Amino acid sequence: MRNTIGKVAVVATSVALLAACSSGTPADEPSDAMSAEPTASETSDAIDASGLTLTIWTDENRQPAIEAAAATFEEETGATVDLVVKNFEDIRADFLAQVPTGEGPDITIGAHDWLGALVTDGVVNTVDLGENASSFSQVAVDAMTYDGQVYGMPYSTEAVALIQNTDLVGEEAPATWDDMIAAGEESGAKYPFCINVNGETGDGYTMYPFQTSFGAPVFVQEGGSYTSEVGMGGEAGEAFATWLSENGEKGAGHLSTTVDYAINNELFNSGDCAYTVAGPWALGDFADVNFTVNPVPSAGGETAAPFVGVQGFYVSSQSANALLANTFLTNYIATPEAMQALYDADPRLPAFEGVDTASAPFPDAIAGFQASAEQGVPMPSIPEMGSVWDFWNAAEAKIIKGADPVDTWNKMITDLTAALEG
Amino acid sequence: MSTETTAPAPSQSTDAHSRRWTGLGWGFIAKLLLMMIVNALGVSAIMSAWNAQAWVILGASIVLLAIADWVYFSRRMLPMKYIYPGLVFLLVFQVFTMIYTAYVATTNYGAGHNVSKSQAIDAALIQAEREVEGSPSYPLAVVRDGDTIGFAISEDGVVEVGTADEPLAEVDGAVDDSGRPTEVDGWEVVPVTDLLKDQALAQDVTALRVAVSDEADDGSLRTREGSTAKVYRSSLVWDEDADTLTDVDSGVVYTPNDRGTFVGDDGSTLPAGWYVNVGFENFTKAVTDPEYAKPLLRVTAWTFAFAVLTVVSSFLLGLFFAIVYNDDRLRGRKTLRTLFILPYAFPAFLTALLWRGMLNPEFGIINKWFFFGADINWLGDPWLARFSILFVNLWLSYPYWFLVCTGALQSLPSETTEAAKIDGAGRWRQFRSITFPLLLVSTAPLAIASFAFNFNNFTIIYMLTNGGPRFDDTSVPLGATDILISAIYQISGVAGGRADYGLAAALSIVVFVVVGIVSALAFRQTKKLEEF
Repeated sequence: MRNTIGKVAVVATSVALLAACSSGTPADEPSDAMSAEPTASETSDAIDASGLTLTIWTDENRQPAIEAAAATFEEETGATVDLVVKNFEDIRADFLAQVPTGEGPDITIGAHDWLGALVTDGVVNTVDLGENASSFSQVAVDAMTYDGQVYGMPYSTEAVALIQNTDLVGEEAPATWDDMIAAGEESGAKYPFCINVNGETGDGYTMYPFQTSFGAPVFVQEGGSYTSEVGMGGEAGEAFATWLSENGEKGAGHLSTTVDYAINNELFNSGDCAYTVAGPWALGDFADVNFTVNPVPSAGGETAAPFVGVQGFYVSSQSANALLANTFLTNYIATPEAMQALYDADPRLPAFEGVDTASAPFPDAIAGFQASAEQGVPMPSIPEMGSVWDFWNAAEAKIIKGADPVDTWNKMITDLTAALEG
Repeated sequence: MSTETTAPAPSQSTDAHSRRWTGLGWGFIAKLLLMMIVNALGVSAIMSAWNAQAWVILGASIVLLAIADWVYFSRRMLPMKYIYPGLVFLLVFQVFTMIYTAYVATTNYGAGHNVSKSQAIDAALIQAEREVEGSPSYPLAVVRDGDTIGFAISEDGVVEVGTADEPLAEVDGAVDDSGRPTEVDGWEVVPVTDLLKDQALAQDVTALRVAVSDEADDGSLRTREGSTAKVYRSSLVWDEDADTLTDVDSGVVYTPNDRGTFVGDDGSTLPAGWYVNVGFENFTKAVTDPEYAKPLLRVTAWTFAFAVLTVVSSFLLGLFFAIVYNDDRLRGRKTLRTLFILPYAFPAFLTALLWRGMLNPEFGIINKWFFFGADINWLGDPWLARFSILFVNLWLSYPYWFLVCTGALQSLPSETTEAAKIDGAGRWRQFRSITFPLLLVSTAPLAIASFAFNFNNFTIIYMLTNGGPRFDDTSVPLGATDILISAIYQISGVAGGRADYGLAAALSIVVFVVVGIVSALAFRQTKKLEEF
């Protein structure tokens, strides 16, 4: 037994050592600023946040853009920015799951249509747009507003638009769907028009400008914000469904469930399609054709309004560095220079006035998407929207495949309404 | 999951080197060093659990670490020295996960009930606090007097100071060009530069509200970034003792209900809720809801059919090729065998995506090359889609069985086959009565494992058909090729932002039980095989 004391001592030492090692976290540091307080005459605005870490979630595309903004911030404040790169699709679920545990970021990049879920799940804080608030585009700020409160700092917008092969059909924007099909057929292209239907799944998002041209919005809008009342039923919706069927696989064949995102881009890039509807994210796939971007033509007589998506920065409701996070957003993001840097690193339609869009690889295309977004409507951010996609997409795919349009559409409305109530 | 880790200690026999304290004592020192690492990791886990206030993990870490020290420094615990590391891993990675899943299954954790109650109250207060319309933005100085912090602003050159308890009041002081107070009588101005360095102070500043006047309706000053302040007004008031939130504008009192939501006396609810225990509701929901019961029954039937058929078909095909390519007379067997393994070497999700493209009715090469361009909708027709799933999965998994069967065939004793040959048995008879039964002894357990894997083979379903085509006769978002695990994914809406983790956990447990029972029964059957 004579070794016991030695062993205990060893264990105790290792415990003590560790205790010493890990107690130096900044959170535990008591405030020692009381004694040697510098006088107020010190006017320099250099903030000293050294030792603090601001965690920001971003996706791969936006990483260089945020790195640019973070570099200035780090340099001027001494704080460390910990940039965590994630899949954009994962950020929403991860943010929802991790903020309550305290493991979430201080700031995350996100899309405005997550807002409803983020608010009902209590994970976002409100933000103040700072002194440049008036420079943000109104659509973008509206999109980041939920129940009268601004929860995100917008920085870019996006919307689908009509992309046309200029070698086949010239630069002029067709006025209506029929004009477009006629021009497309005249051009001798294999398909006058292609659109991504996401295979058998259906894609209500890309098809939405045509739907709104029949006056059938997903949810009824009241004074700019959406209510949870389904708005795409009734005659307008049935007219759109009939149109889908007439142009579907058993009809004219312009819409087909055999086309998904990759196939659509391939068809347009190989010159087989004269027109397509796609977003700015697809431009990289159109390297082999000359194209121009215009607003989507109307199929049902009213304005073809695509969904406008807005992306921006959210602050976690459980952030321990709220002051620092807001400093970063208002002083290092909401400035003309930072917005320009964000645009240069990752060209998306800016949500901030005065950003020079000439640096983009397709400056003309950006203008076309901008025009399309201007006639668009914000994508609903109410949590109910999450339940819509499944029913809506599937019904469209079914109708395009040849199911009875009016019955299928009305069943979808009934099912959806039941799901929203239950 | 940073609870505890245990490294195996180098104990060898009863007079182990690790106990010897004679001579140089290297054995004991080595053990000591390893145990120091173990203790170091354990203590760091305990401390992070303490910081995170995770009391269960804290307790478990302390107990496990204490047992580890006792086991490895005691003379009597010899068998435990070998078993203990495995036991710890079992507890941490299996038992804990199962218990936690079971716990989640009894809650309503999910969209709308995503946070704890105190966080939901935080969220409600955040959402109720609005900027007073037309509020100017004041350049702000944070001031302090001992432990009390306050806000100083200036209006028309007059400095005003207030704290959490005292509304803004005039004091003497000086301001700079922007209007930010630089000197405040009786208060010490905290420079902006120092504000952020001190996280605790920064949090106090973020939380501080200074009333603009005695009138509560006028709102209070609040800063977000420490250098400017605006006037905000909160419409909700939290009463901690009564456990209620009161809307000061409408007078509605919100009280918490047992579902984890604040309900007002007018029936309205606040958006953010918290998770509460709901007992076995999640388990009964899937069975009793008539909307779900029927489609789920069909999904279950297809899950069994898919798992069984895919195992049987790939086993038979793999076995067939194994026998063919086991023949000594075949030249280049090694090269051919290597080529056979290729489908197995590709990532399954990539293969599924490729097949999805190839099976496209209009643009896919399957129809173009093998069916003269016929319009066969492989993934759009329920039965064809099921067939496609089975076919692609067969292509993916037969190389596995080819490998396994080749190995098993080569290890079969040649005497039995020779004896059968001498007895005059034909090739088919040899295979049926000798080779196949012997083969089954070694491959049946693998077949059961493969069944359990395919029962939950989410990847192939999700990537190839995403469960489609949809059932026509029900409104539930499920389809003809959905298996239970992909149905759970759909129903629980984990991807769509309307997640119901409680329901997902409950259904997962049901699937776990089903797979467990089927596997246990099947393993019992395979024991009979060994009696051959």
